Amino acid sequence: MRAAGRRWLRARHARAPRPYLLRSAGVRFAFLYAMVFGASALALALFLWWATAGLLDRQVQAAINADAQGLAERYHEGGLPALVATIQNRLAQNVDDNAIYLLVDAALHPIVGNLTEWPAQVTQPNSWFELPVTRAGIESLARMHRYDLLGGFHLLIGRDVKARAKLRALLTDGLLWALGVMVGLGFAGALLIRGVFRAALADVSATAMAISGGDLSHRVRRSGRGDEFDRLAETINDMLDRIARLMDGVRQVSNAIAHDLRTPITRARARLEDAAAHAECAEDLRAAIERATVDLDGVVGVFQALLRIAEIEAGARRSAFAPLDLAPLLADLAELYVAVAEEQGVRLVLDAPAPLPLLGDRELIQQAVANLLDNALKFSPPGGEIRLQGRRLNGSVPGSVEVVVADAGPGIPAEDREHAMERFFRGETARDTPGSGLGLALVQAVSQLHGGVLRLEDNAPGLRAVLMLPAKTENAA
Amino acid sequence: MRILVVEDDKDVAGFVTKGLREAGHTVEHAGNGRDGLFLAASEAFDAIVLDRMLPGGVDGLRLLETLRAQDNKVPVLFLSALGQVDDRVKGLKAGGDDYLTKPFAFSELLARVEALIRRGKGEGPTTRLAVGDLEMDLLSRTVRRAGQKIDLQPREFRLLEYMLRHGGQVVTRTMLLEGVWDYHFDPQTNVIDVHVSRLRQKIDKPFGTSLIHTVRNAGYMLRAEAE
Repeated sequence: MRAAGRRWLRARHARAPRPYLLRSAGVRFAFLYAMVFGASALALALFLWWATAGLLDRQVQAAINADAQGLAERYHEGGLPALVATIQNRLAQNVDDNAIYLLVDAALHPIVGNLTEWPAQVTQPNSWFELPVTRAGIESLARMHRYDLLGGFHLLIGRDVKARAKLRALLTDGLLWALGVMVGLGFAGALLIRGVFRAALADVSATAMAISGGDLSHRVRRSGRGDEFDRLAETINDMLDRIARLMDGVRQVSNAIAHDLRTPITRARARLEDAAAHAECAEDLRAAIERATVDLDGVVGVFQALLRIAEIEAGARRSAFAPLDLAPLLADLAELYVAVAEEQGVRLVLDAPAPLPLLGDRELIQQAVANLLDNALKFSPPGGEIRLQGRRLNGSVPGSVEVVVADAGPGIPAEDREHAMERFFRGETARDTPGSGLGLALVQAVSQLHGGVLRLEDNAPGLRAVLMLPAKTENAA
Repeated sequence: MRILVVEDDKDVAGFVTKGLREAGHTVEHAGNGRDGLFLAASEAFDAIVLDRMLPGGVDGLRLLETLRAQDNKVPVLFLSALGQVDDRVKGLKAGGDDYLTKPFAFSELLARVEALIRRGKGEGPTTRLAVGDLEMDLLSRTVRRAGQKIDLQPREFRLLEYMLRHGGQVVTRTMLLEGVWDYHFDPQTNVIDVHVSRLRQKIDKPFGTSLIHTVRNAGYMLRAEAE
């Protein structure tokens, strides 16, 4: 059984279409974490870049633009001589020694400026360039803009950006290193999350494996932290407990069915076979058939009671719940049974002061109380008394309604009471009375469906069956 | 009376048709839902005995719903192996008039079908019921036999009223439990017998002749001796 379960599990894995890594929810969560972490780190780096290197770039461009505008005005006012004078003036006043000017004529011969020749790469008119230049014998990097003036002159304005380029390289290096560290941290975090996730689910998974392998006693361990995983574990354990109870019930019932139904079926079969072989006249045959039919009706009755209990236990009937008053319901039942009781010389006393409001299934409660009355009548000695009592409890269990059926019969011994509600249980005293042993099981099922309790107590002498049902409350619906 | 039996199980169908014919009815049989629907829709019947689960694509519920949609009011008794309370409620909601769970005793089926036919005849509201020299006035709620007033408890009155309404027909214990007490379960004790016997004490015993008769393996019948 266990091996078969494993094989089945493996077969299911084999069918899974996703690649191995994505099949793990832990890996998926970790991956998601790394993605979010990486994205925020990238956003931070981009902002840093924009705020430092980008800002410097923009400042250089703004300075060049302002320079160009001033020179253009000069040229416009005083022509070439004014322009040359201004450039010389600016070069002389340039303390930082980072400004670059070069004015050339149409044939690209330098007129004025601090570059020795027109750079060969500068061909496009009116555009930006970033080029290595040699100024006073020193290699450097410059950002320049080419302007074309009227009269065929070309003007190159720029700034030495070597210092800025150094800073940018430094920044890029720093960010790259940081990115590496972040990737490392993201990966480590992802691993950590996956580990936590796996650890939390490992026990659930192990339990599920054990259960599907046939070991129903396995339960999920709780960490005691009361977190989501603990609640999940609790829910799963509750579910497993219920399944185990149902399984026990099924096992018990199938054993009981095999045992208890075999008897009447065997009897019916024997009667029919005997009649077929030995009946001497049609009258005998008819009598045997009729008795066998009665036996079979008994079998059918047991089946119907079993199915009814199963139906109630499945909880499907909860949809039929409605507010009802127990007092008239008990009065009606007492009225139905009082005649039979009198016939047996038993007094049936009703004590159910109205109202007894309740939320429940009228038909099932009727049947449950009728079963209790049937039982009481079956075991009551002549001259005895049966009390059918309905009352509200306001004491220890607030908001419940109690139905008590008490008789003066032989009762049920204390050691049997616990089992008396099991299907097919028949106490020693009940061996000789007719019945299927399902009556109390049905009452028990009805009480459980309503969230109530069935208690069997000693009536000294006799049995006191107490059916406690929650009274109608606002949240009971 | 003309009765249609729609039932796919050959043995059950044979058993039911034979029994109904012996009881003096004309019986048609359909072995699947499609034929059953065709017969029920094209011919006039006094009652239909309908199985819930049928082959041929049209099950009992669908058949009945189709029939009711055509405003066909023929009384229908569901016959079904589905015995859960919800199944019964579903059957009655679909327009069924009565519901009997398999396995069943033929006497129960016959009694219920005949009760349905009687109900289907729709005698209209009556104020007076009578069988033989027993009379019941539903307005003044009095019962007389041979002109002599009989005092009955309210429940005894309803029990007698039910039997009078089904005068000359078999009423089973289950029918009484459902019709008079509105209980849908089988008590283990003979509660109904005791109530009927008490009624007998009042309406039969003082008058010499019996009107309430016990029908063996079935139930009771209220009828005048002469009938």
